[in-house]
Amino acid sequence: MSSSPKPADLVTVNIDGRDISVPKGTNVIEAAKQLGIEIPHYCYHPKLTVVGNCRMCLIEMGLPLMDPATKQPVLAAATGKLKVNWMPRPQIGCATNAMPGLHIRTSTPMVKECREGVTEMLLINHPLDCPICDQAGECKLQEHSTEYGRGYSRFVEHKNVKPKRTSLGPRVTLDDERCILCSRCIRFSKEVAHDDVLGFIDRGSYSTLTCYPGKKLENNYSLCTVDICPVGALTSTDFRFKMRVWFLKQTPSIDTESSVGANTEVWSREGVIYRLTPRRNDEVNDTWMSDSGRMLYQQVKSADRLASPAINGAATDFETALKAAGNLLRAGSVAVVGSGRSSVEEQFLTKKLADALKVSASLVSRVGEGDKILISSDCNPNVRGALVTGLIAALPSQKLESLAADIDAGKVKTILSVGEDLVAAGLTAAQFAKVSVIYLGTHANATSAAARVVIPTLTVFEKSGTMVNQQFRLQKFSKAVPGPAGVTDDLVTLSNLLAAVGGATISSDLNTLWTTLSAESKALAGLSYATLPATGKILDASAWSALPFVEGETLHFKPAAVPAAASS
Amino acid sequence: MATVTVSRKPLSLSERAYLPQILAGMRITLKHLFSPNVTLSYPEQRPAIPPGYRGVPTLVMDPHGREKCVSCQLCEFVCPPKAIRITPGAVPADQPDRAHVEKAPAAFDIDMLRCIYCGLCQEVCPEEAIFLQNQFSMSGYSRDEMVNHKDRLYELGGTLPDQHFKWDKKKAAEEHGNQH
Repeated sequence: MSSSPKPADLVTVNIDGRDISVPKGTNVIEAAKQLGIEIPHYCYHPKLTVVGNCRMCLIEMGLPLMDPATKQPVLAAATGKLKVNWMPRPQIGCATNAMPGLHIRTSTPMVKECREGVTEMLLINHPLDCPICDQAGECKLQEHSTEYGRGYSRFVEHKNVKPKRTSLGPRVTLDDERCILCSRCIRFSKEVAHDDVLGFIDRGSYSTLTCYPGKKLENNYSLCTVDICPVGALTSTDFRFKMRVWFLKQTPSIDTESSVGANTEVWSREGVIYRLTPRRNDEVNDTWMSDSGRMLYQQVKSADRLASPAINGAATDFETALKAAGNLLRAGSVAVVGSGRSSVEEQFLTKKLADALKVSASLVSRVGEGDKILISSDCNPNVRGALVTGLIAALPSQKLESLAADIDAGKVKTILSVGEDLVAAGLTAAQFAKVSVIYLGTHANATSAAARVVIPTLTVFEKSGTMVNQQFRLQKFSKAVPGPAGVTDDLVTLSNLLAAVGGATISSDLNTLWTTLSAESKALAGLSYATLPATGKILDASAWSALPFVEGETLHFKPAAVPAAASS
Repeated sequence: MATVTVSRKPLSLSERAYLPQILAGMRITLKHLFSPNVTLSYPEQRPAIPPGYRGVPTLVMDPHGREKCVSCQLCEFVCPPKAIRITPGAVPADQPDRAHVEKAPAAFDIDMLRCIYCGLCQEVCPEEAIFLQNQFSMSGYSRDEMVNHKDRLYELGGTLPDQHFKWDKKKAAEEHGNQH
């Protein structure tokens, strides 16, 4: 054992002959994982309570043999090593917590036999469904059966036949035959989603997962049960039979539906997105994300997508549209409306554009109802990015009242809107008639219909960048699929516009842009896009700590107990 | 460069007379005139295909004439030249006797301009639905014609005997009383 003093909350355990120090309360599965040893498990999930019902994580456990007289550990006479008192029966790793002197063996014949036995029992009634199962390729039962199974079946009787297509809710389909009764989904619904709707009924081989009478699995986190299902029992109705997972490329991204900024993974093949799943980030979203966030990929192929630049509604090419926009901007009396949905880089270029035009930019605030889990009240994913880049100094309001007043006063002749629907933000048709609007956006709306110049932009899945979430955590997202033909990257459009109004030349290349960005923004000093960790980086937010952010409590965020104004 | 003068070898009498050479040539010609043919009058005559021959990949139906492919896409995955392209889908609602199979290809295309006849698709198929059979000649006037779509693949494949009746076994278990 190591002789150096250890911090009080660390205990040393010995797994397969190797010592490791882990915090008290860590279970054997997690401790072994740190040593690179896999203990197979189905029911255990790091973010849920331990039930220990699958029995797959059986290990051998022992404690140092103590001399009853001296209360000291006995050393083996021959080797001088600790004598370990091995328990004659296997223990489950998930419910065995690290304690001083704990010894674990994970690869003995007994453990191997236990795993083979458990796998054999699980496979007795498991259908040979892999060719038609959506989980195939990411199925724990498939992986563990290959790795730890017997390799053949001794079962000659008929398998059980159970319902194959039970709809548990609007987004989740249950295949009862595949269920191994691990109860992860039940625990998730109860503990994380706080919507206790699932349970097991009947006994033995008749056990069935079902919703309580009159209830449905329809909360906004129901698809997380599909993620955590170790087999293909719970499947996403949206993704069902769409594509095998081994064809899909994973790209890290961010959920843009609110300021929580849940980390996500975009699964795409040949430029088509098939699904979004959560990406583990213990400081932001654990391993969860909302169903509404998962549906955001549909906006990529939606019918109302802006496909081509347009002047007065007539399609044109990018250069002509850019020239027209440049002319309007150079004519003066411009107002710039930025967006809390743009990336940090886009907001920085918008700020530079506003500076070059010598105006201040406004932003539109969106307030929704937070659910205290992974959706906050602030529906803009990147308002803090606008603060960090200096695009705005104070928090935005929900309606563009001062802009409306300026239009009425005749002070504004042209509005550049970066992705904001000005009609939804409170401008009337009469005010619209008085100004020419340059609209940069992804989808058609009232503003794009009435705009003088429309330049289409990319959705979050088609570009790379960063956003700052409610914790002032700078997080990056990457381009998963190429944008539609004829649509130019937002950064290219903005830097071209900037050049058109005679501003400083700033590269639209992300890495080059970041050198400028980190030099100019104090909070971003020393950072770069390439070196930003996948789990993000907390920025120094002391300059904005007094602002009354529209926020509510979420999974890993508690709003600072400031300002009385926040509650208004 | 030095020039080397090579003297021509003088011809013998028989060589100068030509006749022995002409007769030797006529002998060979006459021999082939009366020996059996070594060629086939293709395409009227077709060669016998040995067992295990890898011809054009086809989709086969089960003995009940039902679609066997469940669009698991393993052939698409394993195909070295990426000739196979499948669009997965559900079993159509108008086929209740196959409803328990759940999944079937909505589209199944094999690009025969890409196919290298390696047979990996047949080897990997868990449903024994794709076979490289005896058909060896593919021709067409355009690239599109060289892509075999699902109906063409079933037309080429026909029905082959199935030793396992996997999905029928499943139905039998259901009828046997194991339904839960």
